[in-house]
Amino acid sequence: MRKSFGDPVAEDLRFVVRSVVGEDNFIDMQPNRSNNYCCGGGGGYLQSGYTEARHQYGQLKLNQIQATGAGYCIAPCHNCHAQIHDLSDHFDGGYHTVHLWTLICLSMGILGPKEREYLGDDLKDVDVFHPETDE
Amino acid sequence: MTVQPIAITGKKTTRLMDLVKTLLPEGGNLDLCLTCGACSSGCPATGLEGMDPRKFLRLAALGLDEELTTTPWVWMCSMCQRCIYVCPMKINIPQLVYYARQQWPRESRPKGILGSCDMALKHDTCSAMGASEDDFEFVVGDVLEEYRESQPEFADMEASLNRERAFFYLNQNSREPVTEPDEMVPLWKILHRVGADWTYGTKGWAAENYCMFLADDPAWEHIIRTKVKAVEDLGCRIWLNTE
Ligand code: SF4
Ligand code: SF4
Repeated sequence: MRKSFGDPVAEDLRFVVRSVVGEDNFIDMQPNRSNNYCCGGGGGYLQSGYTEARHQYGQLKLNQIQATGAGYCIAPCHNCHAQIHDLSDHFDGGYHTVHLWTLICLSMGILGPKEREYLGDDLKDVDVFHPETDE
Repeated sequence: MTVQPIAITGKKTTRLMDLVKTLLPEGGNLDLCLTCGACSSGCPATGLEGMDPRKFLRLAALGLDEELTTTPWVWMCSMCQRCIYVCPMKINIPQLVYYARQQWPRESRPKGILGSCDMALKHDTCSAMGASEDDFEFVVGDVLEEYRESQPEFADMEASLNRERAFFYLNQNSREPVTEPDEMVPLWKILHRVGADWTYGTKGWAAENYCMFLADDPAWEHIIRTKVKAVEDLGCRIWLNTE
């Protein structure tokens, strides 16, 4: 997003995230914006077979996320989502990785039970839309 | 970390760098390196395979093409471009990485990337997971019907396919329809709530493009042209790729 359209568009996304999770629950990682580091999911990395290198590469991102102390990391695309999720698994990072659409729907009260794959136990049962559809 | 001096061996013929310079605007500024190291200090791939972006560019400048075109490091740089952002001379190292990838015989490039590209070339869907037009149509229809019934507030939600002149043509990563179809739904709900005029297409719907990562230009172009044609054939105004 930022690389294709620049920092101002990323600023709009920050507005969305803040609105959805609440000002107090939003923590920017450091460094951020164009100074941020790539997570290492892109460029074909996930499919390249160089898994150990990918994990080493991702340690910078892992440290950034852990330094925020946040329980959730929002990932913008599939590559990032897969890599950041895998980093938490592999290094026991202790955070969850979510798509933005999940949080938008959760905040609007329209997130059903089967759309919560990536939420942790603390949010799994919060404000479930049509809980009876969880068979 | 100890740094080994690089001994220059072999004859200098034409450098890969000269070729790359002819392909890039301003020659990619490849000759302008101050060796300041800003690129390497902020590159997450620094140290992997004993390589880093500054060193990689030095190899190129010294004409050490053998090392340049055989190091697996080119697959460990994610081409994120952070090095360009911090470089005082705006040197395009990832593009050099890209052309170094291209020097690998196609069949020797990483199997996973190669397989995903080849799979995408098989169908007009461009799906790297091999999902066909019928597969996609079935999954979307099936999931939509289920949600319309079970969540009556969304009884009139649409996830249309091939609807001509919709404002947005939405791409879809193969991962959802193939492995976790319920994950398509939150985005549909949001688009429905804001009243967006959007459609999927049975052709060119897959958002991913591994042929680009494989550095296979003709295949990459084929994938892009297939996707653009799908959008244009439907007369959609905006092509939305969620990657
Ligand atoms: S940041 Fe630019 S000038 Fe500095 S070493 Fe890297 S490529 Fe050379
Ligand atoms: S594009 Fe490659 S070399 Fe440059 S910072 Fe990113 S990973 Fe490092």
